[in-house]
Amino acid sequence: MSAVMIIRKPTRKWEKLPGKNTFCCDGRVMMARQKGVFYLTLFLIVGTCSLFFAFECPYLAVHLSPAIPVFAVLLFIFVMAMLLRTSFSDPGVLPRALPEEANFIEMEIEAANGNVLAGQRPPPRIKNVQINNQIVKLKYCYTCKIFRPPRASHCSICDNCVDRFDHHCPWVGNCVGKRNYRYFYLFTLSLSLLTIYIFAFNIVHVVLRSVDSGFVNTLKETPGTVLEVLVCFFTIWSVVGLTGFHTYLISLNQTTNEDIKGSWSGKNRVQNPYSHKNIIKNCCEVLCSPTFPSVLDRRGVMLEDSSSPTHSDASAASTHKSSNPVSQTTKSSAPLIPNEHTPDEAKPGIGAGTQKSTSSPKGEKPPSPTSPNAVAPAVIKESTH
Amino acid sequence: MATEFHNLQELRHSASLATKVFIQRDYRDSTICKFQTKFPAELDSRIERSLFEETLKTLNCYYAEAEKIGGQSYLEGCLACATAYIIFLCMETRYEKILKKISMYIQEQNEKIYAPRGLLLTDPIERGMRVIEISIFEDSGSTSSSSSGSSPSSSTAQ
Repeated sequence: MSAVMIIRKPTRKWEKLPGKNTFCCDGRVMMARQKGVFYLTLFLIVGTCSLFFAFECPYLAVHLSPAIPVFAVLLFIFVMAMLLRTSFSDPGVLPRALPEEANFIEMEIEAANGNVLAGQRPPPRIKNVQINNQIVKLKYCYTCKIFRPPRASHCSICDNCVDRFDHHCPWVGNCVGKRNYRYFYLFTLSLSLLTIYIFAFNIVHVVLRSVDSGFVNTLKETPGTVLEVLVCFFTIWSVVGLTGFHTYLISLNQTTNEDIKGSWSGKNRVQNPYSHKNIIKNCCEVLCSPTFPSVLDRRGVMLEDSSSPTHSDASAASTHKSSNPVSQTTKSSAPLIPNEHTPDEAKPGIGAGTQKSTSSPKGEKPPSPTSPNAVAPAVIKESTH
Repeated sequence: MATEFHNLQELRHSASLATKVFIQRDYRDSTICKFQTKFPAELDSRIERSLFEETLKTLNCYYAEAEKIGGQSYLEGCLACATAYIIFLCMETRYEKILKKISMYIQEQNEKIYAPRGLLLTDPIERGMRVIEISIFEDSGSTSSSSSGSSPSSSTAQ
Protein backbone atom coordinates (compact mmCIF):
# COMPACT_ATOMS: atom_id res chain seq x y z
CA MET A 1 0.00 0.00 0.00
CA SER A 2 1.60 3.24 -1.11
CA ALA A 3 1.62 6.21 1.17
CA VAL A 4 -0.35 9.12 -0.22
CA MET A 5 0.58 12.66 0.67
CA ILE A 6 -2.57 14.56 1.28
CA ILE A 7 -2.14 18.28 1.39
CA ARG A 8 -4.88 19.39 3.68
CA LYS A 9 -6.37 22.81 3.55
CA PRO A 10 -5.65 24.53 6.86
CA THR A 11 -8.56 24.49 9.25
CA ARG A 12 -9.70 27.98 10.00
CA LYS A 13 -11.18 28.95 13.31
CA TRP A 14 -14.64 29.67 11.97
CA GLU A 15 -15.08 25.98 11.28
CA LYS A 16 -14.83 25.21 14.98
CA LEU A 17 -16.78 28.12 16.37
CA PRO A 18 -19.70 27.10 18.55
CA GLY A 19 -23.02 28.74 17.95
CA LYS A 20 -25.56 28.47 15.19
CA ASN A 21 -24.07 30.80 12.61
CA THR A 22 -23.44 30.11 8.95
CA PHE A 23 -20.14 31.17 7.48
CA CYS A 24 -19.39 31.82 3.82
CA CYS A 25 -16.38 32.82 1.75
CA ASP A 26 -14.02 30.97 4.07
CA GLY A 27 -15.07 32.82 7.17
CA ARG A 28 -15.37 36.32 5.74
CA VAL A 29 -19.16 36.31 5.83
CA MET A 30 -21.16 35.51 8.95
CA MET A 31 -24.91 35.10 9.10
CA ALA A 32 -27.66 33.35 11.01
CA ARG A 33 -28.88 29.97 9.89
CA GLN A 34 -32.32 30.92 8.63
CA LYS A 35 -31.79 33.06 5.58
CA GLY A 36 -35.12 32.70 3.83
CA VAL A 37 -36.48 36.08 4.89
CA PHE A 38 -33.20 37.74 3.97
CA TYR A 39 -33.52 36.41 0.42
CA LEU A 40 -37.04 37.81 0.36
CA THR A 41 -35.72 41.23 1.41
CA LEU A 42 -33.13 41.11 -1.35
CA PHE A 43 -35.71 40.03 -3.89
CA LEU A 44 -38.13 42.80 -2.93
CA ILE A 45 -35.52 45.53 -3.06
CA VAL A 46 -33.79 44.40 -6.24
CA GLY A 47 -37.06 43.49 -7.92
CA THR A 48 -38.80 46.76 -7.18
CA CYS A 49 -35.80 48.84 -8.20
CA SER A 50 -35.40 46.88 -11.42
CA LEU A 51 -39.00 47.56 -12.31
CA PHE A 52 -38.47 51.23 -11.52
CA PHE A 53 -35.39 51.44 -13.73
CA ALA A 54 -37.11 49.54 -16.51
CA PHE A 55 -40.49 51.25 -16.62
CA GLU A 56 -40.35 54.66 -15.01
CA CYS A 57 -36.82 55.88 -15.43
CA PRO A 58 -36.67 56.12 -19.24
CA TYR A 59 -39.80 58.26 -19.28
CA LEU A 60 -38.82 60.44 -16.34
CA ALA A 61 -35.27 60.95 -17.56
CA VAL A 62 -36.57 62.31 -20.82
CA HIS A 63 -39.57 64.26 -19.61
CA LEU A 64 -38.29 65.57 -16.30
CA SER A 65 -34.60 65.19 -15.55
CA PRO A 66 -31.84 62.61 -15.97
CA ALA A 67 -30.84 63.27 -12.39
CA ILE A 68 -33.83 61.24 -11.21
CA PRO A 69 -32.54 57.80 -12.25
CA VAL A 70 -28.97 58.78 -11.30
CA PHE A 71 -30.00 59.60 -7.75
CA ALA A 72 -32.10 56.43 -7.63
CA VAL A 73 -29.07 54.35 -8.62
CA LEU A 74 -26.90 55.95 -5.94
CA LEU A 75 -29.55 55.42 -3.32
CA PHE A 76 -30.04 51.82 -4.42
CA ILE A 77 -26.29 51.13 -4.17
CA PHE A 78 -26.19 52.66 -0.70
CA VAL A 79 -29.17 50.59 0.46
CA MET A 80 -27.63 47.37 -0.84
CA ALA A 81 -24.23 48.18 0.69
CA MET A 82 -25.82 48.82 4.09
CA LEU A 83 -27.96 45.70 3.89
CA LEU A 84 -25.04 43.47 2.97
CA ARG A 85 -22.85 45.06 5.60
CA THR A 86 -25.48 44.48 8.30
CA SER A 87 -26.15 40.93 7.19
CA PHE A 88 -22.62 39.76 6.63
CA SER A 89 -20.73 41.29 9.52
CA ASP A 90 -20.14 40.03 13.01
CA PRO A 91 -22.72 41.82 15.20
CA GLY A 92 -20.39 41.80 18.21
CA VAL A 93 -20.40 38.17 19.23
CA LEU A 94 -18.62 37.46 22.50
CA PRO A 95 -16.59 34.28 22.26
CA ARG A 96 -17.28 31.64 24.87
CA ALA A 97 -15.01 31.28 27.81
CA LEU A 98 -12.20 28.79 27.50
CA PRO A 99 -12.14 26.06 30.17
CA GLU A 100 -9.61 27.80 32.41
CA GLU A 101 -11.52 31.04 32.44
CA ALA A 102 -14.79 29.20 33.07
CA ASN A 103 -13.18 27.38 36.00
CA PHE A 104 -11.82 30.61 37.43
CA ILE A 105 -15.25 32.21 37.33
CA GLU A 106 -16.88 29.09 38.85
CA MET A 107 -14.48 29.20 41.74
CA GLU A 108 -15.06 32.88 42.32
CA ILE A 109 -18.79 32.20 42.43
CA GLU A 110 -18.36 29.26 44.80
CA ALA A 111 -16.18 31.32 47.07
CA ALA A 112 -18.68 34.14 47.11
CA ASN A 113 -21.64 31.90 47.79
CA GLY A 114 -20.01 30.19 50.74
CA ASN A 115 -21.53 26.96 51.95
CA VAL A 116 -24.74 25.89 50.34
CA LEU A 117 -26.66 23.43 52.45
CA ALA A 118 -27.64 20.18 50.81
CA GLY A 119 -31.05 20.38 49.21
CA GLN A 120 -30.95 24.15 49.15
CA ARG A 121 -30.86 26.00 45.86
CA PRO A 122 -27.70 28.00 45.34
CA PRO A 123 -28.20 31.73 45.05
CA PRO A 124 -28.58 33.20 41.55
CA ARG A 125 -25.44 34.09 39.69
CA ILE A 126 -25.48 37.85 39.47
CA LYS A 127 -22.79 40.47 39.72
CA ASN A 128 -23.69 44.00 40.73
CA VAL A 129 -21.81 46.84 39.10
CA GLN A 130 -22.28 50.51 39.69
CA ILE A 131 -22.40 52.49 36.47
CA ASN A 132 -23.06 56.22 36.70
CA ASN A 133 -24.70 55.91 40.11
CA GLN A 134 -26.95 53.13 38.97
CA ILE A 135 -26.70 49.51 40.04
CA VAL A 136 -26.63 47.28 36.99
CA LYS A 137 -26.93 43.53 37.35
CA LEU A 138 -24.66 41.38 35.22
CA LYS A 139 -26.19 38.00 34.57
CA TYR A 140 -24.23 34.80 34.17
CA CYS A 141 -24.64 33.04 30.82
CA TYR A 142 -24.77 29.27 31.31
CA THR A 143 -24.09 28.59 27.64
CA CYS A 144 -21.11 30.86 27.20
CA LYS A 145 -19.92 30.49 30.81
CA ILE A 146 -19.29 34.18 31.29
CA PHE A 147 -20.83 37.04 33.15
CA ARG A 148 -22.37 39.04 30.38
CA PRO A 149 -21.00 42.57 30.04
CA PRO A 150 -23.55 45.34 30.50
CA ARG A 151 -25.99 45.56 27.57
CA ALA A 152 -24.95 42.18 26.21
CA SER A 153 -27.55 39.51 25.74
CA HIS A 154 -27.71 35.93 24.54
CA CYS A 155 -29.46 35.35 21.23
CA SER A 156 -31.05 31.91 21.24
CA ILE A 157 -31.42 31.85 17.45
CA CYS A 158 -27.72 32.28 16.89
CA ASP A 159 -26.76 30.77 20.26
CA ASN A 160 -24.24 33.50 20.98
CA CYS A 161 -23.86 36.29 23.47
CA VAL A 162 -23.85 39.54 21.54
CA ASP A 163 -22.46 42.80 22.86
CA ARG A 164 -24.97 45.66 23.00
CA PHE A 165 -27.61 43.27 21.73
CA ASP A 166 -30.44 45.09 19.97
CA HIS A 167 -32.52 42.35 18.39
CA HIS A 168 -32.32 39.46 15.96
CA CYS A 169 -33.64 40.65 12.63
CA PRO A 170 -34.79 37.92 10.22
CA TRP A 171 -35.10 40.49 7.42
CA VAL A 172 -31.34 40.95 7.41
CA GLY A 173 -30.67 37.37 8.50
CA ASN A 174 -28.42 38.32 11.40
CA CYS A 175 -28.37 39.73 14.91
CA VAL A 176 -28.14 43.48 15.28
CA GLY A 177 -25.58 44.39 17.91
CA LYS A 178 -22.78 46.74 18.73
CA ARG A 179 -20.80 46.32 15.54
CA ASN A 180 -23.54 46.51 12.97
CA TYR A 181 -26.21 48.68 14.60
CA ARG A 182 -25.25 51.79 12.69
CA TYR A 183 -25.32 49.90 9.38
CA PHE A 184 -28.75 48.58 10.28
CA TYR A 185 -30.00 52.07 11.10
CA LEU A 186 -28.56 53.51 7.90
CA PHE A 187 -30.15 50.64 6.01
CA THR A 188 -33.62 51.38 7.37
CA LEU A 189 -33.12 55.11 6.86
CA SER A 190 -31.92 54.81 3.28
CA LEU A 191 -34.55 52.20 2.48
CA SER A 192 -37.24 54.57 3.76
CA LEU A 193 -35.89 57.28 1.48
CA LEU A 194 -35.67 54.90 -1.46
CA THR A 195 -39.19 53.62 -0.94
CA ILE A 196 -40.63 57.12 -0.62
CA TYR A 197 -38.62 58.22 -3.66
CA ILE A 198 -39.86 55.36 -5.84
CA PHE A 199 -43.42 55.76 -4.61
CA ALA A 200 -43.42 59.49 -5.27
CA PHE A 201 -41.96 59.19 -8.75
CA ASN A 202 -44.34 56.39 -9.61
CA ILE A 203 -47.22 58.74 -8.87
CA VAL A 204 -45.58 61.54 -10.83
CA HIS A 205 -44.99 59.19 -13.75
CA VAL A 206 -48.56 57.93 -13.77
CA VAL A 207 -49.93 61.47 -13.58
CA LEU A 208 -47.70 62.78 -16.37
CA ARG A 209 -48.37 59.86 -18.64
CA SER A 210 -52.12 59.87 -17.97
CA VAL A 211 -52.27 63.44 -19.19
CA ASP A 212 -51.02 62.22 -22.58
CA SER A 213 -52.45 58.74 -22.93
CA GLY A 214 -55.09 58.31 -20.27
CA PHE A 215 -54.96 56.41 -17.02
CA VAL A 216 -55.86 52.92 -18.21
CA ASN A 217 -53.46 53.05 -21.13
CA THR A 218 -50.70 54.17 -18.83
CA LEU A 219 -51.19 51.15 -16.64
CA LYS A 220 -51.20 48.93 -19.69
CA GLU A 221 -47.95 50.42 -20.98
CA THR A 222 -46.15 50.19 -17.66
CA PRO A 223 -47.60 47.23 -15.76
CA GLY A 224 -44.67 47.32 -13.37
CA THR A 225 -46.00 50.51 -11.85
CA VAL A 226 -48.88 48.77 -10.12
CA LEU A 227 -46.59 46.23 -8.53
CA GLU A 228 -44.15 48.89 -7.40
CA VAL A 229 -46.85 51.02 -5.87
CA LEU A 230 -48.21 48.03 -3.97
CA VAL A 231 -44.81 47.01 -2.59
CA CYS A 232 -43.84 50.57 -1.73
CA PHE A 233 -47.13 51.31 -0.04
CA PHE A 234 -46.80 48.38 2.37
CA THR A 235 -43.08 48.88 2.85
CA ILE A 236 -43.38 52.56 3.72
CA TRP A 237 -45.60 51.90 6.72
CA SER A 238 -43.27 49.36 8.25
CA VAL A 239 -39.84 50.67 7.31
CA VAL A 240 -40.53 54.33 8.01
CA GLY A 241 -42.08 53.36 11.32
CA LEU A 242 -39.06 51.23 12.15
CA THR A 243 -36.68 54.06 11.27
CA GLY A 244 -38.64 56.40 13.50
CA PHE A 245 -38.55 53.92 16.35
CA HIS A 246 -34.80 53.45 16.07
CA THR A 247 -34.23 57.20 15.83
CA TYR A 248 -36.10 57.49 19.11
CA LEU A 249 -33.99 54.71 20.64
CA ILE A 250 -30.75 56.30 19.46
CA SER A 251 -31.69 59.67 20.91
CA LEU A 252 -32.13 57.95 24.27
CA ASN A 253 -29.15 55.59 23.84
CA GLN A 254 -31.30 52.53 24.38
CA THR A 255 -31.46 49.19 22.65
CA THR A 256 -34.62 47.49 21.39
CA ASN A 257 -33.96 44.75 23.93
CA GLU A 258 -33.89 47.22 26.84
CA ASP A 259 -36.94 49.01 25.53
CA ILE A 260 -39.00 45.86 25.27
CA LYS A 261 -37.91 44.62 28.69
CA GLY A 262 -38.59 48.03 30.17
CA SER A 263 -35.16 48.10 31.79
CA TRP A 264 -34.99 51.88 32.00
CA SER A 265 -38.68 52.67 32.05
CA GLY A 266 -38.34 54.87 35.11
CA LYS A 267 -40.02 52.55 37.57
CA ASN A 268 -38.33 52.50 40.98
CA ARG A 269 -36.27 55.52 39.92
CA VAL A 270 -34.34 53.41 37.46
CA GLN A 271 -32.67 55.58 34.86
CA ASN A 272 -30.63 54.67 31.83
CA PRO A 273 -27.02 54.87 33.01
CA TYR A 274 -25.66 54.86 29.47
CA SER A 275 -27.52 57.93 28.30
CA HIS A 276 -25.64 61.21 28.23
CA LYS A 277 -28.93 63.06 28.83
CA ASN A 278 -28.24 64.95 25.61
CA ILE A 279 -29.74 63.88 22.29
CA ILE A 280 -26.77 65.05 20.21
CA LYS A 281 -24.27 63.26 22.43
CA ASN A 282 -26.33 60.09 22.37
CA CYS A 283 -26.59 60.15 18.58
CA CYS A 284 -22.87 60.81 18.28
CA GLU A 285 -22.02 57.93 20.53
CA VAL A 286 -24.20 55.45 18.70
CA LEU A 287 -23.52 56.57 15.14
CA CYS A 288 -20.12 58.24 15.21
CA SER A 289 -18.13 56.21 17.71
CA PRO A 290 -15.12 54.33 16.35
CA THR A 291 -15.87 51.08 14.55
CA PHE A 292 -15.24 48.29 16.99
CA PRO A 293 -13.24 45.39 15.59
CA SER A 294 -14.47 41.81 15.71
CA VAL A 295 -13.10 39.74 18.58
CA LEU A 296 -14.06 36.52 16.85
CA ASP A 297 -10.99 35.44 15.02
CA ARG A 298 -12.78 33.73 12.17
CA ARG A 299 -10.00 33.51 9.64
CA GLY A 300 -7.18 32.56 11.98
CA VAL A 301 -5.67 29.20 11.23
CA MET A 302 -6.19 26.51 13.80
CA LEU A 303 -3.09 24.63 14.83
CA GLU A 304 -3.42 20.98 15.69
CA ASP A 305 -3.19 21.70 19.38
CA SER A 306 -5.44 24.73 18.85
CA SER A 307 -3.10 27.13 20.62
CA SER A 308 -2.11 30.62 19.47
CA PRO A 309 -3.60 31.84 16.22
CA THR A 310 -1.50 32.58 13.17
CA HIS A 311 -2.79 34.33 10.12
CA SER A 312 -1.60 32.73 6.93
CA ASP A 313 -2.55 33.45 3.38
CA ALA A 314 -3.60 29.99 2.51
CA SER A 315 -4.74 29.60 -1.04
CA ALA A 316 -8.20 28.60 -0.08
CA ALA A 317 -10.82 28.71 -2.72
CA SER A 318 -13.99 30.25 -1.45
CA THR A 319 -16.09 27.46 -0.21
CA HIS A 320 -19.55 27.67 1.11
CA LYS A 321 -19.41 25.85 4.35
CA SER A 322 -21.75 25.92 7.23
CA SER A 323 -20.14 25.79 10.60
CA ASN A 324 -20.55 22.67 12.60
CA PRO A 325 -22.16 23.73 15.80
CA VAL A 326 -19.67 22.21 18.13
CA SER A 327 -21.13 22.62 21.52
CA GLN A 328 -18.31 23.52 23.78
CA THR A 329 -17.88 20.85 26.36
CA THR A 330 -15.82 22.18 29.16
CA LYS A 331 -13.29 19.75 30.44
CA SER A 332 -13.51 21.39 33.79
CA SER A 333 -12.32 19.77 36.89
CA ALA A 334 -14.15 22.16 39.16
CA PRO A 335 -17.36 20.69 40.45
CA LEU A 336 -20.33 22.44 38.93
CA ILE A 337 -23.17 22.80 41.32
CA PRO A 338 -26.02 20.64 39.97
CA ASN A 339 -29.53 21.89 39.50
CA GLU A 340 -28.44 25.43 38.93
CA HIS A 341 -31.21 27.62 37.85
CA THR A 342 -31.66 31.12 36.65
CA PRO A 343 -32.60 33.74 39.17
CA ASP A 344 -35.83 35.10 37.74
CA GLU A 345 -36.94 32.70 35.09
CA ALA A 346 -36.50 29.48 37.00
CA LYS A 347 -36.16 26.47 34.78
CA PRO A 348 -35.43 23.67 37.22
CA GLY A 349 -33.46 20.66 36.28
CA ILE A 350 -31.09 22.25 33.81
CA GLY A 351 -28.04 20.00 33.70
CA ALA A 352 -24.63 21.39 34.30
CA GLY A 353 -23.09 20.29 31.03
CA THR A 354 -24.17 21.57 27.67
CA GLN A 355 -27.01 23.94 28.17
CA LYS A 356 -29.75 23.94 25.62
CA SER A 357 -31.64 27.12 26.18
CA THR A 358 -35.35 27.20 25.72
CA SER A 359 -36.74 30.34 24.28
CA SER A 360 -40.07 31.92 24.64
CA PRO A 361 -40.72 33.02 21.11
CA LYS A 362 -42.31 36.37 20.63
CA GLY A 363 -44.05 35.92 17.33
CA GLU A 364 -42.84 37.73 14.29
CA LYS A 365 -45.00 40.70 13.50
CA PRO A 366 -45.49 41.05 9.74
CA PRO A 367 -45.72 44.61 8.45
CA SER A 368 -49.42 45.25 8.57
CA PRO A 369 -50.44 47.81 6.04
CA THR A 370 -53.40 49.08 7.96
CA SER A 371 -51.69 50.05 11.18
CA PRO A 372 -49.73 53.23 10.67
CA ASN A 373 -47.53 52.55 13.63
CA ALA A 374 -46.41 49.10 12.62
CA VAL A 375 -43.02 48.93 14.17
CA ALA A 376 -40.43 46.27 14.06
CA PRO A 377 -40.94 43.09 12.11
CA ALA A 378 -38.20 41.82 14.31
CA VAL A 379 -38.07 38.62 16.21
CA ILE A 380 -36.66 39.08 19.63
CA LYS A 381 -35.95 35.64 20.84
CA GLU A 382 -33.92 35.66 23.94
CA SER A 383 -33.02 32.61 25.83
CA THR A 384 -34.58 32.65 29.21
CA HIS A 385 -31.50 31.85 31.12
CA MET B 1 11.50 33.40 45.50
CA ALA B 2 10.93 34.43 41.91
CA THR B 3 11.64 31.79 39.34
CA GLU B 4 14.28 33.00 36.96
CA PHE B 5 13.82 32.76 33.23
CA HIS B 6 15.87 34.62 30.74
CA ASN B 7 13.58 34.95 27.82
CA LEU B 8 10.30 33.88 26.33
CA GLN B 9 11.78 30.91 24.48
CA GLU B 10 13.21 29.49 27.63
CA LEU B 11 9.91 30.05 29.35
CA ARG B 12 8.02 28.12 26.75
CA HIS B 13 10.41 25.22 26.56
CA SER B 14 11.40 24.56 30.10
CA ALA B 15 8.48 25.75 32.16
CA SER B 16 5.20 24.16 32.96
CA LEU B 17 2.03 26.06 33.45
CA ALA B 18 1.04 26.27 37.07
CA THR B 19 -2.03 28.42 37.07
CA LYS B 20 -3.75 31.32 35.34
CA VAL B 21 -5.07 34.53 36.74
CA PHE B 22 -7.75 36.55 34.99
CA ILE B 23 -8.01 40.31 35.26
CA GLN B 24 -11.63 41.24 34.70
CA ARG B 25 -13.14 44.26 33.06
CA ASP B 26 -13.98 47.36 35.04
CA TYR B 27 -17.47 48.48 34.05
CA ARG B 28 -17.77 51.44 36.37
CA ASP B 29 -17.24 53.88 33.52
CA SER B 30 -19.97 52.30 31.41
CA THR B 31 -19.17 49.98 28.54
CA ILE B 32 -15.77 51.35 27.49
CA CYS B 33 -12.93 48.88 27.54
CA LYS B 34 -11.10 49.17 30.83
CA PHE B 35 -9.52 46.56 33.08
CA GLN B 36 -9.47 46.41 36.85
CA THR B 37 -6.18 47.52 38.29
CA LYS B 38 -6.58 45.53 41.49
CA PHE B 39 -3.40 43.57 42.12
CA PRO B 40 -4.15 39.83 42.23
CA ALA B 41 -2.86 37.98 45.28
CA GLU B 42 -1.34 35.19 43.20
CA LEU B 43 1.20 37.57 41.71
CA ASP B 44 2.32 38.86 45.08
CA SER B 45 5.52 36.87 45.16
CA ARG B 46 6.19 37.18 41.44
CA ILE B 47 6.18 40.77 40.39
CA GLU B 48 6.36 44.21 41.88
CA ARG B 49 3.02 45.87 42.29
CA SER B 50 4.16 49.08 40.61
CA LEU B 51 5.28 47.33 37.43
CA PHE B 52 2.01 45.50 37.12
CA GLU B 53 -0.06 48.60 37.73
CA GLU B 54 2.01 50.52 35.20
CA THR B 55 1.31 47.90 32.53
CA LEU B 56 -2.39 47.95 33.26
CA LYS B 57 -2.60 51.73 33.31
CA THR B 58 -0.86 51.94 29.94
CA LEU B 59 -3.20 49.34 28.46
CA ASN B 60 -6.24 51.20 29.79
CA CYS B 61 -4.90 54.40 28.24
CA TYR B 62 -4.48 52.73 24.88
CA TYR B 63 -8.04 51.43 24.96
CA ALA B 64 -9.40 54.80 26.05
CA GLU B 65 -7.59 56.42 23.15
CA ALA B 66 -9.01 53.86 20.73
CA GLU B 67 -12.58 54.41 21.90
CA LYS B 68 -12.38 58.17 22.17
CA ILE B 69 -15.21 59.94 20.39
CA GLY B 70 -13.66 63.04 18.94
CA GLY B 71 -12.68 64.80 15.75
CA GLN B 72 -10.83 61.90 14.24
CA SER B 73 -13.57 59.38 14.84
CA TYR B 74 -16.18 61.74 13.35
CA LEU B 75 -14.05 62.27 10.28
CA GLU B 76 -13.45 58.58 9.84
CA GLY B 77 -17.15 57.85 10.33
CA CYS B 78 -18.33 60.50 7.88
CA LEU B 79 -15.81 59.54 5.23
CA ALA B 80 -16.72 55.89 5.59
CA CYS B 81 -20.45 56.63 5.44
CA ALA B 82 -20.00 58.73 2.31
CA THR B 83 -18.34 55.79 0.60
CA ALA B 84 -21.02 53.37 1.88
CA TYR B 85 -18.34 51.86 4.14
CA ILE B 86 -16.59 50.34 1.15
CA ILE B 87 -13.48 52.20 2.19
CA PHE B 88 -13.13 49.88 5.18
CA LEU B 89 -12.30 47.08 2.78
CA CYS B 90 -9.03 48.82 1.95
CA MET B 91 -8.36 51.03 4.94
CA GLU B 92 -7.55 50.05 8.49
CA THR B 93 -9.67 51.70 11.14
CA ARG B 94 -8.12 53.74 13.93
CA TYR B 95 -9.16 51.12 16.46
CA GLU B 96 -7.36 48.38 14.54
CA LYS B 97 -4.21 50.49 14.38
CA ILE B 98 -4.27 50.98 18.12
CA LEU B 99 -4.93 47.28 18.68
CA LYS B 100 -1.72 46.57 16.77
CA LYS B 101 0.14 48.98 19.03
CA ILE B 102 -1.33 47.23 22.05
CA SER B 103 -0.23 43.87 20.69
CA MET B 104 3.32 45.10 20.29
CA TYR B 105 3.30 46.70 23.72
CA ILE B 106 2.17 43.46 25.35
CA GLN B 107 4.83 41.51 23.52
CA GLU B 108 7.46 43.99 24.62
CA GLN B 109 6.26 43.85 28.21
CA ASN B 110 6.28 40.05 28.12
CA GLU B 111 9.85 39.97 26.83
CA LYS B 112 11.24 42.58 29.18
CA ILE B 113 9.32 42.23 32.39
CA TYR B 114 7.02 39.23 32.61
CA ALA B 115 8.91 36.37 31.01
CA PRO B 116 11.97 36.81 33.26
CA ARG B 117 9.58 36.42 36.18
CA GLY B 118 7.87 33.34 34.79
CA LEU B 119 4.69 35.12 33.76
CA LEU B 120 2.96 35.59 30.42
CA LEU B 121 0.35 38.14 29.48
CA THR B 122 -2.21 37.21 26.83
CA ASP B 123 -3.59 39.95 24.62
CA PRO B 124 -7.21 40.56 25.68
CA ILE B 125 -8.37 40.50 22.06
CA GLU B 126 -7.67 36.78 22.04
CA ARG B 127 -10.10 36.35 24.92
CA GLY B 128 -12.89 38.45 23.46
CA MET B 129 -11.76 41.63 25.26
CA ARG B 130 -13.19 40.19 28.45
CA VAL B 131 -10.12 39.39 30.49
CA ILE B 132 -6.38 39.79 30.59
CA GLU B 133 -5.09 36.29 31.11
CA ILE B 134 -1.85 35.99 33.05
CA SER B 135 -0.23 32.58 32.92
CA ILE B 136 2.00 31.72 35.84
CA PHE B 137 4.76 29.27 35.02
CA GLU B 138 6.84 27.14 37.30
CA ASP B 139 10.26 25.81 36.48
CA SER B 140 9.67 22.24 35.24
CA GLY B 141 12.36 21.07 37.60
CA SER B 142 10.36 22.01 40.65
CA THR B 143 7.51 19.87 41.84
CA SER B 144 4.54 22.07 41.30
CA SER B 145 1.04 20.79 41.14
CA SER B 146 -1.20 22.62 38.76
CA SER B 147 -3.16 24.04 41.58
CA SER B 148 -6.00 26.08 40.40
CA GLY B 149 -6.75 27.47 43.77
CA SER B 150 -7.38 31.13 43.88
CA SER B 151 -7.92 33.26 46.86
CA PRO B 152 -11.56 33.83 47.57
CA SER B 153 -12.49 37.09 46.05
CA SER B 154 -15.81 38.73 46.19
CA SER B 155 -17.89 38.30 43.12
CA THR B 156 -19.43 41.69 43.45
CA ALA B 157 -17.29 43.98 41.47
CA GLN B 158 -16.27 47.10 43.31
